[in-house]
Amino acid sequence: MISLYQRRRFWNIFNLSMATLATLFGLFWLVWILWTTLSYGFSALHPALFTENTPPPGVDSGGLKNAFVGSLILIGLAVFIGAPLGILAGTWLGEFAVQRRLGFVVRFFNDILLSAPSIVIGLFVYAIIVHPLGQFSAISGAIALALIMIPVVVRTTDEMLQLVPATLREAAIALGVPYWRLITQITWRAAGAGILTGVLLATARISGETAPLLFTALNNQFYSTSLDRPIANLPVVIFQFAMSPYQNWQAMGWAGALIATLAVLTLSVVSRLIIKGIIKRGA
Amino acid sequence: MSALPISAAKISVRNLDFFYGDNQALKDIRLDIPERQITAFIGPSGCGKTTLLRVFNRMYSLYPGQRASGDVLLDNENILSTQMDLNRLRARVGMVFQAPTPFPMSIYDNIAFGVRRHEPLRRTQMDERVEQSLRQAALWDEVKDNLKGSGLGLSGGQQQRLCIARAVAVKPEVILLDEPTSALDPIATLKIEELVNELRDQFTIVIVTHNMQQAARVSDYTAFMYLGEMVEFGHTNQLFTNPGKKQTEDYITGRFG
Amino acid sequence: MSEDRAMEGGGTAAPAAPIPSQVMPRRAWGDLFFRGLTGFTALFLLLVLIAIGVALWREGWDAFRTFGFGFLWSTSWNPVTNQYGALIFIFGTLVSSLLAMLMAVPVSFGIAFFISELAPHWLRQPISSAIELLAGIPSIIFGMWGLLVFAPVFGNLEPWINDHLGKIPGIGRLFQGPPMGIGMLATGIVLGIMIIPFISAIMRDVFLSTPIVLKESAYALGGTTWEVMRHVILPFTRSAVVGGIFLGLGRALGETMAVTFVIGNTDILSASLLMPGNSIAAVLANEFTEATTHLYKSSLLALGFILFVVSFLVLVLAKLLLWRMEKRIGGGVL
Repeated sequence: MISLYQRRRFWNIFNLSMATLATLFGLFWLVWILWTTLSYGFSALHPALFTENTPPPGVDSGGLKNAFVGSLILIGLAVFIGAPLGILAGTWLGEFAVQRRLGFVVRFFNDILLSAPSIVIGLFVYAIIVHPLGQFSAISGAIALALIMIPVVVRTTDEMLQLVPATLREAAIALGVPYWRLITQITWRAAGAGILTGVLLATARISGETAPLLFTALNNQFYSTSLDRPIANLPVVIFQFAMSPYQNWQAMGWAGALIATLAVLTLSVVSRLIIKGIIKRGA
Repeated sequence: MSALPISAAKISVRNLDFFYGDNQALKDIRLDIPERQITAFIGPSGCGKTTLLRVFNRMYSLYPGQRASGDVLLDNENILSTQMDLNRLRARVGMVFQAPTPFPMSIYDNIAFGVRRHEPLRRTQMDERVEQSLRQAALWDEVKDNLKGSGLGLSGGQQQRLCIARAVAVKPEVILLDEPTSALDPIATLKIEELVNELRDQFTIVIVTHNMQQAARVSDYTAFMYLGEMVEFGHTNQLFTNPGKKQTEDYITGRFG
Repeated sequence: MSEDRAMEGGGTAAPAAPIPSQVMPRRAWGDLFFRGLTGFTALFLLLVLIAIGVALWREGWDAFRTFGFGFLWSTSWNPVTNQYGALIFIFGTLVSSLLAMLMAVPVSFGIAFFISELAPHWLRQPISSAIELLAGIPSIIFGMWGLLVFAPVFGNLEPWINDHLGKIPGIGRLFQGPPMGIGMLATGIVLGIMIIPFISAIMRDVFLSTPIVLKESAYALGGTTWEVMRHVILPFTRSAVVGGIFLGLGRALGETMAVTFVIGNTDILSASLLMPGNSIAAVLANEFTEATTHLYKSSLLALGFILFVVSFLVLVLAKLLLWRMEKRIGGGVL
């Protein structure tokens, strides 16, 4: 009897300790990675980063201005394309297809698309746009990013619309409002904060994406804003600089990494907090 | 507080206060639960009857913020003591819940799970124990050909009897029943009541019920609680036919807010 | 549309909305247009998924036609002689993902166990958020950190690995190699760190969704915290736990940047985990813009097609397992 209890207590304590260790282990990497990014990044921060373009090899000065501008253009364009499409598709799921079989199918494959490797999306856009046109371009990069963001927006829109209470819809229907007006003027407004947050979350997700841009927007050493030409962008520049043997390029890479990380984390933390608040309120 | 002349008290509650955070849910409870008898707790919802039940196996200790003070003696051993080994306490004090809660495993393993916590039985001994417990719970004939089947495949009443068998299998001294029939139909309820009746010789049973008729039918002693206080405790017959307190009378006659 | 019967079981969230066709006053053309527009966009999603498969298949067709099934198990990858085979990259992708899973699954389970059953209430949220923060870090940062910070440190440990793990009979071969820091094992570790947050978040959510009375019943029989996890919570959540693991695997298979930095980008097939290698995603990231001949590019796209098919299958499996759980608890926690 005693030995059974002792054995059970031992395994319990052992496993609880392992779980605690696992958690510390996970936090250890988080701290290490963040600390590295912060310390290397801050020591490389420099006003010239924002005023000068990426330097050619062998030049000591230079900045990331063209990459910042390029990334903003790519992300802005991707949001411009992806957000409306995502919201419309999510609206269909959340308003017209809550319990329909086709809705389940779309929801299922949307979730697959949500987790699909981003590199595959990049190759796809290469195959249907870059290859036929014979030209890497900013617009193809934006389309690739848009395709990555759409599933995120679809999912949050769908979920947020389903949180809107049925009584609100019934109240509007009782006033004789057509259904499409009900959605655009009442349910969208009621779920507005949630839908917007979905867009923010998706923006956070694409802001750090590198792989799909390698096959679409490529990179550009110079300052360019034209949409039909390759365009500089922060992730690919970080990739190029971090892999390079030059000290000053690596330092600039860290500075870029710091800014990208801070931007992505801020966006995603803020949007997660908002979503949690909405779900708590709705449930 | 009516202190009955009970010679063999299995559980003695002395000056028990209970808190959910800052809310006091039980106030100065004193009570002797007689051995090998059925004691029922009745009272309107929120009166603290389930809270009191969950003190007896220290279930509340799972939740930070819930705490009890005072003394609860199980065979003169204070179970509220910090030195109390909760696993052993729960081997001595079993519990059956409001809704049937079969574990996601076979019928056999559902019963063996608890036994394995406390006794290193060999295969044949375990087989015997499983059969014995299922017989005690009047479930053996219905499941003997399907012991490897999932416990989730049984009907609600069968699931609840499985849960009783599971509690009995550990050979506890006390069995706590927390509104065990509230999720069941009348026929299944009747079966459970008969079963509880048969178990009274071997175990000290404490049952919480929202159903006064049930308390009257199955229990030897009844405690009426209201707003966290023990209003009246006595022989079931006496409490239902000749209540000593106005509040008790109002409640059992249905004149209650 | 009204003839569509409602599906049984749980959806993604509590279906608060009435079925619109019942409350629609009349089929005004505005309604039809709006419904058509949103429905078309939703179907567009399905179309994209199909188009990805078709487009990559078409672009990779020349490689498949030229090399036949041999493309899958040939180890030669030589732009000079225009000979291409996928085995080295398939091998690297699988091995690095497998190593990542070996590390991430137990750790994620531990984290989820800690958060859902052990941590005091006030600690749950901060730790969950911290782990989620790890998920938010862009993968390129993982790669950069892996190459410039982790690999040098790891390289210092490798002589020890050589001397100790490398001496074990049988599996010792896996741990013999040059102490370069980068390589298969380093990639597996970095990938593992990356997918920990995904797997642990799913496990945490499903553990927390286990009915409280079920846990209490097990505690009431005298079970310890570990026994309740092992015998009650884990069996109850099994399909979702496996689904979460597969979701993590899907991520690991297609991860590009973190792998490209640390895998070593060397087209060799080695039993040693300390040796560099290459993966599908890494070779695509490195060589795509340099691929000048048509067959070279087609072979790379064929690799992309293989990656798409494999990760698609893994993700479908993951999603089906997660849905089974969702149906059981009838809610939208996932």
